[in-house]
Amino acid sequence: MPSTRPPVDYIERTRDQYSALGYPPYQWVENAGLPPWAELAKPLSQCRVGLIGSGGIYKTGQVAFHYKDDTSFRIIDTREPTSTLRATHFAYDLTDARSDPNVVFPIDTLNELAREGFIGSLAERAYAFMGGIYSSRRVRGRLAPELANRIVRDGVDVVLLVPV
Amino acid sequence: MTSALSITRAVNPPRAAYLDFPLGHTAGKPHQPRLNRYIVRDALTGFETLHQPGQMLMLPYEWADDDAWKDGVMRPRSPTEQHDDSRVERDATPQYQTEHDRALAEAELVRGGCATCVWLDEPGA
Repeated sequence: MPSTRPPVDYIERTRDQYSALGYPPYQWVENAGLPPWAELAKPLSQCRVGLIGSGGIYKTGQVAFHYKDDTSFRIIDTREPTSTLRATHFAYDLTDARSDPNVVFPIDTLNELAREGFIGSLAERAYAFMGGIYSSRRVRGRLAPELANRIVRDGVDVVLLVPV
Repeated sequence: MTSALSITRAVNPPRAAYLDFPLGHTAGKPHQPRLNRYIVRDALTGFETLHQPGQMLMLPYEWADDDAWKDGVMRPRSPTEQHDDSRVERDATPQYQTEHDRALAEAELVRGGCATCVWLDEPGA
C-alpha cells in the first residue's frame, strides 16, 4: 500500500514538544538563497567516494562521544569489518544502528557499490561525529571546515553525507 | 541523504536525497543489504542527475506497508498523556555502547592516546 501520510515535519513537532515542555524555542539553521554548486567532474564509476555520518558512530578502542555539544570526530578505516563499529547518540533510537551500523553509516553498502563498479572506490578513511550539537556556530566555524579540509586531503571526488 | 524533509529544506544544501524512513535509518534497514544497496545507489545517482542547486531526490522506498509509525513521532501516545523528553541527560563524559568498549578505549589511552579521535579547539581559542 502506498504512503498515505505526508513526511513527518520534525520542525513542527519539535516546536510543539519544546513548547509543551516549557523549553525556549529551538533555533533552526536556515540558509536562504541559492546554495553553492559544483558539478561532478567525472562519472561516479570513476569517483573516489567519501563518507561522513553524524549518527554517533565510533570504533571499539576509540573514545565514545559525549552528549554535551561534542564537536569531536572519529576517523574510521573503511576496510575494517563493521562489526567493530558502535553507536552512541542522545536523540534517536539506537537499536537498529547498534544491530547494523550500515543504517546510519553505510560502509558495507558503499564497499559493495565499489566492488560492483557503480562507484570508482570508497575512500580509505570515513568520518563520524555525534550530530546532537546545539551550537551551529561551532559546527560551521570548526567542525565542518576541518572535515572539509580532511576529505580534500584524502583526495575524494564526492562525499556522501549521512545525517541522523 | 536525509529523512527529515523540513529540516533539510531549511538547511538548503546543494543537493539531497530524501528517504521517508524513521530517524536512525537514513541509509536503510538493519541487515537488509540488498535494499540498502538500492537506497544508497539511488541517492548517489543524484550527483549525476541533479543539475539545479537546492534540488532534492525523493527516493521511492517505504518503511512499512502503512504509515502508522509517523503518528507517534515526538508526540504523546494518547490525548491524556503528557509530552515527554525521552532524550537522556547530557554530560561531557564519553557514553559508551558497552562497558567493554570503555575498557578498550581506556587501555588505548594508557598506551598513548587515540590517534583516530580528533578533538577541536574553540574558534579563536
